[in-house]
Amino acid sequence: MNTLILKPIATLGKYLILMWRTFARPDRMRMFFKQYLNEMVQLGVNSIGIVLLISFFIGAVITIQIKLNIESPWMPRFVVGYTTREIMLLEFSSSIMCLILAGKVGSNIASELGTMRVTQQIDALEIMGVNSANYLILPKITALMSMIPFLIVFSIVAGIIGAFCTCWFGGVLNAEDLEYGLQYCFQEWFVWCSFIKGIVFAFIISSVSAFFGYTVEGGSISVGKASTDSVVMSSVLILFSDLVLTRLLA
Amino acid sequence: MIELKSLYKSFEDKDVLIDINAQFENGKTNLIIGQSGSGKTVLMKSIVGLLTPEKGKILYDGRNFLSMSKNEKKTLRREMGMIFQSAALFDSQTVLENVMFPLDMFSNDTYRERVRRAQFCLDRVNLIDAQDKYPGEISGGMQKRVAIARAIALNPQYLFCDEPNSGLDPKTSLVIDALIHDITTEYNMTTIINTHDMNSVMGIGDSIIFIYQGQKEWEGDKTQVFTATNQRFNDFIFASDLLKKVREEETHK
Ligand SMILES: Nc1ncnc2c1ncn2[C@@H]1O[C@H](COP(=O)(O)OP(=O)(O)OP(=O)(O)O)[C@@H](O)[C@H]1O
Ligand SMILES: [Mg+2]
Repeated sequence: MNTLILKPIATLGKYLILMWRTFARPDRMRMFFKQYLNEMVQLGVNSIGIVLLISFFIGAVITIQIKLNIESPWMPRFVVGYTTREIMLLEFSSSIMCLILAGKVGSNIASELGTMRVTQQIDALEIMGVNSANYLILPKITALMSMIPFLIVFSIVAGIIGAFCTCWFGGVLNAEDLEYGLQYCFQEWFVWCSFIKGIVFAFIISSVSAFFGYTVEGGSISVGKASTDSVVMSSVLILFSDLVLTRLLA
Repeated sequence: MIELKSLYKSFEDKDVLIDINAQFENGKTNLIIGQSGSGKTVLMKSIVGLLTPEKGKILYDGRNFLSMSKNEKKTLRREMGMIFQSAALFDSQTVLENVMFPLDMFSNDTYRERVRRAQFCLDRVNLIDAQDKYPGEISGGMQKRVAIARAIALNPQYLFCDEPNSGLDPKTSLVIDALIHDITTEYNMTTIINTHDMNSVMGIGDSIIFIYQGQKEWEGDKTQVFTATNQRFNDFIFASDLLKKVREEETHK
């Protein structure tokens, strides 16, 4: 019983201490920006492909599914486009996409930091008098948080293109109806909601997986475990905070 | 000079270091030797501050490391260089970038000057040709030499080497030993080396302390090794038949 309650609290405490060390002024701004740019490429730009691919197909599939399932004579024809847009904007392009990124980016961060830990690269930084948490983790967190709005925009656009492709090439419905539906009752606030959610999720993904990677003890097996744990933990936290945020932002 | 005064360190209920007293002088290669698991790495990590001992004093030229503030420790760290058992090069950076890293982080020189200093250090370890390679592309012995170059980039006063020879062939080991010894005398550094390599003991053992199960059992230098009377020390040093024979010949001279 004791371990059931105390262990999570101890882990949370360690996480907070690590974040405290991470959010300090970098020793050298020049080095920070260099790392920041690197991480923007590695975590953000390198994720564009998978985001486009998945969003395109999900956009298409949602359109087809909705068309097939709610088609009836007294349903306005624009409803398909309208529903597709709401699903993409409200959930898919922020929450679901971040779940996917938790798998890709989270495991990447955890295994990179874990390997640096077990091969003593982090110790080497500490010996030099570098705040290793700040040097390694802060650029990752800030880079992912600043890239995520772009990834969300890419996801939304790819989803819409996917939806249009079902009209142009599949003949599932009329492109004008889809276009009308996509624009029907558009609320800009929903886009901002996506961004806000995405930025929070980006923080969760990067900080949680950095925590698991940074605190690895032992050898390569622990690195593998840390990478898995970080994906599971950040996915759970994303789902949970999605619930909270949806309540708050609605 | 680094002095240790009754240092204690334990993990949970296991005492790993017990009442360690020692002096490491500058301009000398100071060896810490002992069996695997005797506590050498823990001792070195305690000295450099990667682990915190429970009791005792660590004096860097009279300055007590354990009672320093965070900032004082940070300043002192600039005077330390360390070579890890696994070389610990940053594998996302080239050899030159690795050596430049401490300079990039802490020196106010221009880019040109930093490159020149890094190249000077690489030249010192005979690796100037490999400067554009990545750590994964060079051999273990070369990695160790890059680690030495990186450790001396900021002209440290104190150099720490945790088993610089592990995983290297005897000949390459001798090269590394000679390099560390030369650099130490050249810059009058305080150098501490963990090792269980007998060639190092006889080659660069200016001062030796022998750790047995967390306690200091013996101290001396390489000239005193053959005449030592401590039983545990002799069991450790003269473990192989070859070395036993050498001792017999030495003592019958
Ligand atoms: N983080 C730790 N937690 C618990 N015990 C530890 C820890 N680090 C080291 N020990 C224990 O301390 C003892 C000394 O370990 P140490 O790594 O210093 O040995 P060593 O002399 O460096 O050996 P080797 O020559 O194999 O490197 C070992 O029994 C080890 O189990
Ligand atoms: Mg060791």
